[in-house]
Amino acid sequence: MNHTALMKVYEAKKRTDIPAIQIGDTLRVQVRIREGEKERLQAFEGTLIAQQGSQLGETITIRKISFGHGVERIFPLHAPILDRIEIVRTGRVRRAKLYYLRALRGKAARLRERETR
Amino acid sequence: MSPGIIGKKIGMTQVFTAEGLVVPVTLVKAGPCVVTQRKTPTTDGYSAIQLGLVEFVKKNKTNKPTTGHLKKSSAEGVKYMREFRLRPGDADLKVGDRVLAGEFKPTDKLDVIGMPKGRGFAGVVKRHHFRGGDATHGSMFHRAPGSIGASSFPSRVFPGTRMGGRMGSDRVTVKNLEIVEVDTEDNILLVKGAVPGPNGSYILLRRSAR
Repeated sequence: MNHTALMKVYEAKKRTDIPAIQIGDTLRVQVRIREGEKERLQAFEGTLIAQQGSQLGETITIRKISFGHGVERIFPLHAPILDRIEIVRTGRVRRAKLYYLRALRGKAARLRERETR
Repeated sequence: MSPGIIGKKIGMTQVFTAEGLVVPVTLVKAGPCVVTQRKTPTTDGYSAIQLGLVEFVKKNKTNKPTTGHLKKSSAEGVKYMREFRLRPGDADLKVGDRVLAGEFKPTDKLDVIGMPKGRGFAGVVKRHHFRGGDATHGSMFHRAPGSIGASSFPSRVFPGTRMGGRMGSDRVTVKNLEIVEVDTEDNILLVKGAVPGPNGSYILLRRSAR
């Protein structure tokens, strides 16, 4: 997977505008939506609960509660349909996959803010 | 237009199209190749070119007959040669001509030929995707093929019945794979989809029938 030619493709096609995100952060992802001729942005805001894959295949899983229902969306991190990713709030967590949040509701599903030093 | 090129499989990754779709691609180091022989209807009965892939070859690894053969095209660093039939519309390449990845352009269709890894004597589950039975719960049927036919009639097993046996290391052709991108600087082709054979193996890329 680390052949120079593969790395060259990755270096040429990877996104350089991804902020330093960490698991547990609350992110707002602006997705480009095409409606006929027009293009607009749609925001998806939620907690980053998982990050998978490597290089161009890397994905992020974002979970939010929408009208009482848990909704998760998986975005390819390097996809051109993502206009930008904004960090709304940081979160202090102790594991890499926050699947336990699926079983929690309301106050119990909150995460502590990360202290920056 | 060359009828094909010899390459080496590098590995797979994925790229995004302008519309934002994910496309799985295989990277192939295609060429540089040299025409080492030209076969003509008058001398050989058919029209073809023999291409040799230029790579790093130790001098003492080439035997005398091959050295003599390569002298005609003054090709250096060639150990793998394969023939490509010339079809109407193909360029009339001469001995010593070079074929590079730049011959190809995105959206061209290729037939890709490779040799998968040998699996040895494989059972029917691996070889023919039989489902097999339960591993536990008192199941006494695990990975066996099951019935291979009826009894007194026909009193034989029909030819072609799928059974265990040698698997892999057969030449496999995958047709009509699209070229997604061409890197002329490093002679790399990005071919859409999977390509037979392990990473690092020789593969033949042939222009699909028009």
